[in-house]
Amino acid sequence: MPSITFIHPDGRSETAEADTGATAMATALTRGLDGILAECGGNAMCATCHVYVDAAWLDKLPPRSNEEDALLDGTAAERQPNSRLSCQIKITPELDGLMLRLPDRQT
Amino acid sequence: MSAFNSPASSGAGAGPAAMPHLDIDPFAIDFFDDPYPAHEKLRESAAVVYLDKWQVHGVARYAEVHAVLNDPLTFCSSRGVGLSDFKRETPWRPPSLILEADPPAHTRTRAVLSKVLSPAAMKRIRDHFAAVADAKIDQLLQRKSFDAIADLAEAYPLSVFPEAMGLKPEGREHLLPYAGVVFNAFGPPNELRQTAIERSAPHQAYVAEQCQRHNLAPGGFGAAVHGFVDSGEINESEAPLLVRSLLSAGLDTTVNGIGAAIYCLARFPEDLARLRRDPSLARNAFEEAVRFESPVQTFFRTTTREVEVSGFRIGEGEKILMFLGAANRDPRRWADPDRYDITRKTSGHVGFGAGIHMCVGQLVARLEGEVLLSALARRVAAIEITGPVKRRYNNTLRGLESLPITLTPA
Repeated sequence: MPSITFIHPDGRSETAEADTGATAMATALTRGLDGILAECGGNAMCATCHVYVDAAWLDKLPPRSNEEDALLDGTAAERQPNSRLSCQIKITPELDGLMLRLPDRQT
Repeated sequence: MSAFNSPASSGAGAGPAAMPHLDIDPFAIDFFDDPYPAHEKLRESAAVVYLDKWQVHGVARYAEVHAVLNDPLTFCSSRGVGLSDFKRETPWRPPSLILEADPPAHTRTRAVLSKVLSPAAMKRIRDHFAAVADAKIDQLLQRKSFDAIADLAEAYPLSVFPEAMGLKPEGREHLLPYAGVVFNAFGPPNELRQTAIERSAPHQAYVAEQCQRHNLAPGGFGAAVHGFVDSGEINESEAPLLVRSLLSAGLDTTVNGIGAAIYCLARFPEDLARLRRDPSLARNAFEEAVRFESPVQTFFRTTTREVEVSGFRIGEGEKILMFLGAANRDPRRWADPDRYDITRKTSGHVGFGAGIHMCVGQLVARLEGEVLLSALARRVAAIEITGPVKRRYNNTLRGLESLPITLTPA
């Protein structure tokens, strides 16, 4: 199983085993992780599953859709070049070890 | 890809299970008065049931409701999301271009409303909505005793949403009655539906006129929809109908959502106390009220082919009634489902639906709910119910007619 490490704003990290094909958002919710709200339940509507992707992993993710790009303009925490919505990151074996930093707020 | 097997491909086995027939009428007044025992019966009888009264299939468990919502090609919306099948009956009004549409037609219109009501658009209206909420609670604290439905759950959305749409001040009294008709019309041809449609002409005339571009102030959501005509994403005849969708679904739903939240906080003072200690819980307290009360109780879909759902065979052209409120309290999905808990992880509830038709205005609803509950949390010490609680009956919406309360200031 690929594993994902979520790093909280205070530096604390949590590693979660992810099902291949699940999203990073769903993985966080299944684990009960704080910091990913996902108010819309993964329907790409709310921008409350915002993450900052660790630089080493940025190029390994498929590019953003136009819809994701527009939603990222509405994130509560500041949008950065490495901002993504975790509901749009599908976990593949190649993403084993993915590191995602959580913003200080989602709403 | 469909989440469901075609019967032909389901392979060997015992064949489809016998579907239980129930005599529950989910559109009857006694059902509305206390739906929970019936919800439990619907959920526990089987994954799919048949409701003889209206000759429809029903799903009330979370997994099946969620799955039907997420397979719009098998369970379509273009034949209507009420009991009436648009293939067999003429709709009572021209169909919605978004709610009552399937991909690919739905994709383009949905994209327009998603952009108009995006997270970025919410940032622009947030401060104003919050200031009006604070002022509303201050004003009600002067009065102390009032009706939480008329004076708060209706008054607050009416003081922000029509203005955000860019509507003229005149005639706004038609908005709630129009929405009442729309949501009654999803139901069966019972007295609620027939009476609502018979009286709908003046409300329909008002709404049709307000959807025109010249009646919508610049800067509002309505003008923003028409702006997509200029960029070519929709045409001139589509824009008024998309504005109509916002007027149909943008007000009564938030009224009932806010009413639900106030009713919860009045009944569960421990949760009000938790909210007062940490007003940042306001947004989730609203979300949990949407799960707990499910202001939009039901929607229908129509099958586009024969399909097997959790071992039950359903033919083509059949109506499926999704019990959103029952799914939101399914113990298979939710721990302690009948408890209102403002710290619950609410993600995944189907109070706003799910999938491609999930409520396009959900961010407006959350914004209104959050800023209002935040104002309450900071200013109010106690909410006491001081008179008879009266339910309002609607074929789709669950909410109250009257909730007399007295506030104690913080």
